[in-house]
Amino acid sequence: MRRPDILWRLGSFAVAAALVGLWQLTADLKLVSPVFLPGPDKAWTALIRGFSSGDLMAKLLGTLAHMLYGWLCASFVGIALGAAIGASKTMRDYVAPSLEWLRPLPVSAIIPIAIALFGLTQGMALFVIAFGAMWPMLLATIHGFAVVEPRLYEVARTLHMSRLAVIVKIALPSASPDILAGMRLSLTVALILSVVCEILAGLDGLGHWVLLSARAFRSADLFAGVILLGIVGYVTATAMAFAERRLLRWRGVGH
Amino acid sequence: MPHWLKPLVLPVALIVLFEAWARATDLQSDSLAPPSAIGRALIEALGSGELWIATRDTLASTLAGLLIGSAIGLMLGIALGLSSGFNRLMDVTIEAIRPIPSIALLPIALIAFGFGYRMEIVIVAFACIWPMLILSRAAIGGIEPRLLEVARLLRLTSADRVRKIVIPAALPRIFVAFRLAAGIALIVAVTCEIAINPIGLGASIMAAQQALRADLMLAYLIWIGAIGFALNAGLLLAQNSLFGRAALAEIAR
Repeated sequence: MRRPDILWRLGSFAVAAALVGLWQLTADLKLVSPVFLPGPDKAWTALIRGFSSGDLMAKLLGTLAHMLYGWLCASFVGIALGAAIGASKTMRDYVAPSLEWLRPLPVSAIIPIAIALFGLTQGMALFVIAFGAMWPMLLATIHGFAVVEPRLYEVARTLHMSRLAVIVKIALPSASPDILAGMRLSLTVALILSVVCEILAGLDGLGHWVLLSARAFRSADLFAGVILLGIVGYVTATAMAFAERRLLRWRGVGH
Repeated sequence: MPHWLKPLVLPVALIVLFEAWARATDLQSDSLAPPSAIGRALIEALGSGELWIATRDTLASTLAGLLIGSAIGLMLGIALGLSSGFNRLMDVTIEAIRPIPSIALLPIALIAFGFGYRMEIVIVAFACIWPMLILSRAAIGGIEPRLLEVARLLRLTSADRVRKIVIPAALPRIFVAFRLAAGIALIVAVTCEIAINPIGLGASIMAAQQALRADLMLAYLIWIGAIGFALNAGLLLAQNSLFGRAALAEIAR
């Protein structure tokens, strides 16, 4: 980093700190009722207390588990289905339009159907999260397969490669930027749906924690939960962006 | 087979198969209903006032939240796009707030505003700020620099510069951002209603589920899907007729 960059970065942290200070001041002067807005000091104490008593850690792990299991299921199914549909022109003509029609459907609307099918269980949450997180990956994979350089397919034909080899060796690597972008989008969807399912089904997780805190008007605990959810969102998105850069490094060379 | 018919084959076949299966097994279920029963429930719901009131509630919250959120996002996006110093100073703050899932704010909005339109509008607005902010900031960053030089040469005031140069130049991409934000707004509104808020289509579909009316529940699902489709199609149509190819550059990326 060059020196001015570091100064700007420091300035940027200073602005954030000043805003937190403003929040503290608002809370201290009771400009907004403390029932709705605890100061950052209270939220921080609640966060530490939650972790030391162990409750919050269990809730955090619960949410992470919901999110990651659902996301992994969605990744497998989404990419496999996307590859199956995207690899064949006939399938793309017949199936892809139906999927495009379904795209604007708010995925949370399938929650009632999932509840009717599975009841208020972990299975329901897994189904909803996996189903919702599958769409971005499915559509991205189909798109990635559709725009593979046609000459690569011609090469595969002259080499007499099998259909599976074509998918694994040519189409998947070529579609990987689209697929990874879809996986990044899905991560956000998975987090949101995890929180919604926890709120609705009372499953162990941060969604349940924030709802209970709100019901009991424990606003400091509530803010601690929301801050933690923000951190989960930030860390998972950053990790995914890092993985994306690493996995796509090979594309930078030789182009 | 003619080209336009191909996309219809799969959905029609699925509907016919499902209907046949439901009739053959004499389906009695709390979670599934044959398409004919869903169709009847949908027609019946369209005839009664409830579905329209729920639709109005959902759309009102969606649009109000969308307008408030995108106005805030657009103003911030323009300010950040025009001044790179301001952009760098706000970087940490924005990156710290943006990853908070909008639904996590639901309990906060609940204790602050109670049930009803207000909490939903606040959450929808929060969700709409970010796509609008990020994309309009990028749109302004992508403006031909010579246009800004012209503005400087003409000694336009900053208000005039934004009104006469920046907004017209970035408008196609800003509209694309608005269309994306509209999709997010509807999703967030329905999710709020399903999770907590007892108004609108999300609450109606939950009520149908709790009443074990599988046909009505699936009819509502189809209606919600139709509204999402219509909103997206309408905005896409507006985008194409207003901006034509100018907006396509953004989609390709």
